[in-house]
Amino acid sequence: MKQESQLVVAIKNGTVIDHIPSAKLFEVVNLLHLQDVRDSAIIVGYNLKSKKFGHKSLIKVFDKFFTDAELNQLSVVAPNVTLCIIRDYEVVEKKSVTLPEELRGIVRCNNPKCITNNEPMQTVFHVSDRENGLLRCHYCGKEQHVEDVKVIE
Amino acid sequence: MKQSLVTIANLTKEKIEYLVEMASEFEKYPNRKTLEGRVVATLFFEPSTRTRLSFETAANRLGARVIGFTDPKVTSSTKGETLKDTIMMVSNYADVIVMRHYLEGAALYASEVSPVPIINAGDGANQHPTQTMLDLYSIYKTQGTLENLNIYLVGDLKYGRTVHSLLMAMRHFNPTFHFIAPKELAMPDEYKLYCKEHGIRYEEHEEFNEEVISQADILYMTRVQRERFTDLMEYERVKDVYVLKAQMLEQARPNMRILHPLPRVNEIAYDVDDDPHAYYFEQAKNGLYAREAIICDCLGITLDEVRADQTILK
Repeated sequence: MKQESQLVVAIKNGTVIDHIPSAKLFEVVNLLHLQDVRDSAIIVGYNLKSKKFGHKSLIKVFDKFFTDAELNQLSVVAPNVTLCIIRDYEVVEKKSVTLPEELRGIVRCNNPKCITNNEPMQTVFHVSDRENGLLRCHYCGKEQHVEDVKVIE
Repeated sequence: MKQSLVTIANLTKEKIEYLVEMASEFEKYPNRKTLEGRVVATLFFEPSTRTRLSFETAANRLGARVIGFTDPKVTSSTKGETLKDTIMMVSNYADVIVMRHYLEGAALYASEVSPVPIINAGDGANQHPTQTMLDLYSIYKTQGTLENLNIYLVGDLKYGRTVHSLLMAMRHFNPTFHFIAPKELAMPDEYKLYCKEHGIRYEEHEEFNEEVISQADILYMTRVQRERFTDLMEYERVKDVYVLKAQMLEQARPNMRILHPLPRVNEIAYDVDDDPHAYYFEQAKNGLYAREAIICDCLGITLDEVRADQTILK
């Protein structure tokens, strides 16, 4: 474990998103639009060994702090990530993500006959049952499980 | 206030009673010039002759002019125009847009982008609120009230959007529902859950006979469609079970009325047409009054204005 953590350099200030299931890493990158970040260094660790998960991925973003709204989008693809806010090499805050009340433009509706799949427009979902992870499409009204919906690329 | 009508599910009890009241005003005097000088657009992205004729008649009998299309093949949507662009274009010309669309949620989206009110004339399998309003008006007219009624829904309760909307709209009025359907087309769990959440009593039956329906105030028939069955043997078994025949009405309550959203195929035998309980053709006529009320309400014309209307043609 010691060796593994040396693989990924410690950061002075910024955000660490840890315990990302490796299969979901690139969806997390997309959701946070990391490919468009111009002024922060970013370290992406893929398929690292993890005591808890076997394999995991993590992302360290230097000198950048995300809003809760941005981070809560991750609940759709990786509800169990750990978020660490780092200041001066210390973890000053640990957070977990929660499913937001409303998801705008994040996931696609599973109903092929829904207007959102046939018109250039933003999707909107309301969380109808937080405990069971149920979302309801604002437009066609279909309820769907958060694990069954696809993230918009 | 101008406003769209997209779904019946969130209308309050007061609003439903208000619209029923307004429909009865229009029934007294259906021909007026209330909407003279206005333009009503009817956009049928999916053909529906019955609904379109009803809306266009309602607009015409109130003196409005009607523009629109009856078939999407002749419109720019075949050239790839988006729904939004079509709505924005037509809203420059019309005071209110009546639209039928094959996609679910289309009317809600149109109402969000349109500067003029949208009336949903059916969006896929989702909502058809003016059908529900005419059903409610028919129930009110034949029973004298919407409260405390025994309503029997028969046939395809799984896919039938009219029965689902009716169920939701009736939640305000303390009904008892009876669901009569083959197993494959039974009322979905989500609606039974809806009943429980809203304190609506219901019973389920698979048999459909004289005894079962003897306590009904309203018998709401729907079509059992062959294409809904995965097992065609099952279809063959049940297709004649859910057919209403005149002899089944001998024990029926005198106030009982038979409703059907039409078109009927064979689920109501022709010998029922002459029975005093048959009401489905009058029900379709009530659609005219309900739609006159809905068009006016969406344009911001109030019940008081309808009552004080000086433009009635007698």
